[in-house]
Amino acid sequence: MPFVANTILNIQHLRKSFGTLVAVDDVSFKVERGTLVGLLGPNGAGKTTTVSMIAGLIAPDNGDVLVEGARLTGDTDPKKRRIGLVPQDLALYDELSARANLRFFGALYSLSGAALDQAITNAMTLVGLMDRLNDRVSTYSGGMKRRLNLAAGLLHDPDVLLLDEPTVGVDPQSRNAIFDNLETLKKRGKALIYTTHYMEEVERLADRIVVIDHGKVIAEDTLDGLQSRVAGVGGGRATLESVFLTLTGRSLRD
Amino acid sequence: MAFTPLLAMVRKDLQLFFSDRRSVIVSFVVPIAIASFFGSIFSGPSNSSEPAKISIAVVDHDGSAISKAILSGAQGDRNLKVATPAEDEARSLVKNGKTSVAVVIPKGFGEAAGSAFFGDGEKPALGFLYDPSRNVELAMVRGVLTQHVMEAVSREMFGGEQGRTMVQRTLPQIEASTSMPANDKRLLIEMLGSVQKFYNRPEGTTAASQPRGITMPYTVKEEAMTAGANVAYNGYAHSFAGMAIQFLLFAMANIGVEMLLERQRGLWSRLRSAPISKTTLLLGKAVSGALISLMILLVSFGFAMIVFKVRIHGSVLGFLGISLACAVMASTFGLLVAALGNSPATARGVTTLAVLMMVMLGGAWVPTFIFPAWLQQFTLIVPVRWAVDGLDAMTWRGIGVTGALMPVAVLAAFAVAFWTVAATRFRWTEG
Repeated sequence: MPFVANTILNIQHLRKSFGTLVAVDDVSFKVERGTLVGLLGPNGAGKTTTVSMIAGLIAPDNGDVLVEGARLTGDTDPKKRRIGLVPQDLALYDELSARANLRFFGALYSLSGAALDQAITNAMTLVGLMDRLNDRVSTYSGGMKRRLNLAAGLLHDPDVLLLDEPTVGVDPQSRNAIFDNLETLKKRGKALIYTTHYMEEVERLADRIVVIDHGKVIAEDTLDGLQSRVAGVGGGRATLESVFLTLTGRSLRD
Repeated sequence: MAFTPLLAMVRKDLQLFFSDRRSVIVSFVVPIAIASFFGSIFSGPSNSSEPAKISIAVVDHDGSAISKAILSGAQGDRNLKVATPAEDEARSLVKNGKTSVAVVIPKGFGEAAGSAFFGDGEKPALGFLYDPSRNVELAMVRGVLTQHVMEAVSREMFGGEQGRTMVQRTLPQIEASTSMPANDKRLLIEMLGSVQKFYNRPEGTTAASQPRGITMPYTVKEEAMTAGANVAYNGYAHSFAGMAIQFLLFAMANIGVEMLLERQRGLWSRLRSAPISKTTLLLGKAVSGALISLMILLVSFGFAMIVFKVRIHGSVLGFLGISLACAVMASTFGLLVAALGNSPATARGVTTLAVLMMVMLGGAWVPTFIFPAWLQQFTLIVPVRWAVDGLDAMTWRGIGVTGALMPVAVLAAFAVAFWTVAATRFRWTEG
């Protein structure tokens, strides 16, 4: 697979199994700067395992994660600084203030002093929580926590941001605010990988869509490209949901 | 190793610990309160105060000179607090736990005891009604009463009216005896004749006016083997060591459970996504845990030193070494909890039991010398035993720095073992 200059992240033939269960099987795709790739799939399709391998949380059995062409290796690989993770869970310390949380998460990337303070200001300004910086996280609403969760992943100014269902359980206003933040990040040239169950989110945000099922990539295209594969009702344009159901089937997974 | 992330881990854990008021109270205030209570119990009497007396009841159905002398002796004993109720009331007092032992002197006891004293009479029974939950006190009362009974009976037989009457009654019987061998008869008459001369010697000479019976042929010189000749045993030293270790283990077990909760909340995923080794992440937890443990130990002992005058009579360096080794052991115990616990709920239950077992077997509650011999040997595999014994050695026992070497080495070995298991078994992701 030839290296493309604009490609920041190249996922090559990732495979991961847990015992006899093959969670991810030969997954490959690329992410370019300033774009958002939507990772779609039913529950248990292998999305989170894929994201975990990209973030360096678990080691793949096979395959590589290339950051600007360089292979990501090991826990302490400095290239991990190029990647930011916004986990599905609200990975925050409720008992501490937002500032204390961000100071801690920033220090994990060896940020300190004025650089850390500036990074905190930038991230909190982006998500619109600067006025609540010194408040305990336990006093935040669910939507505010989601935005703070996003800010924590942005502190070290990563080139690639992995967002694992970042809008679960938030109200429409907070979701919209998060979308605005992501649009801003795209404009700044960040590459985003976004996993979700919400089709409308992918329709609004994604430049390319990767559909995963049973650990394999079953389709990868733009929204238009995917929609053109399936005939819509009455000969009209197919919705992403009907495309998704056509590709992954209608049987229940949970 | 990256020090900025490591320091951040430590700082964050300390912030979290001190932001939880309940944890702080449980870790610092509760051990001080409980140790103060246990210390007051196990410290024993101070030099200036009276020893704790055993409450007994004496029921005298006899009313003889001997029984009155026994009662008088018991009432004068510094170890006993004597009441003289009727027998029914005495039984009720023992049954209700108000009195440890009731001694019932039956009618005719003095007469029979006097006869038995010279070996040919039937021994009378002294009744002991006792509380079965206080066997130790029963044994002590039995020993103390033996002394008073022997004194009372022997004094009466060698100088009292009952002794004179018995000799006067016995001499004619011997002289008239036809069955006794002549030689034995002569010797016995001579002996009792001498006893009569002893009774009839002029009053006012030597001990005639103050007849003495058989007394203990020795006195006791007691010396407590503490740090020095003028250093009294301070039970607070042991109780504060035990309670501080118990509660720092609870605190560390709680940190282990918190690690499982952090894993559930996805925090470990975020931490692991940073360019930091797993060793650094675990080390951050270990260092913060050790610091918290050390603080609990030092604050507890600081309180004991200020309020209860506990002193390090041994080596300060040894004390600090054991404290540090204990803190590291406890901290890695917390990591072990996180590594072996499947879920926070089960880990919490299992570790509570484990900590209680460790502190109980390790002598944190009661000294290990009261355990059976096999259990004393067995408890050497419990780290708490080494920590408590080591701190005892450095405080009230006053042993030098060499006494700290083995406890430090053993606690460090436990820490290495706990760390190794934790580092190899901890699951970094949920599920």
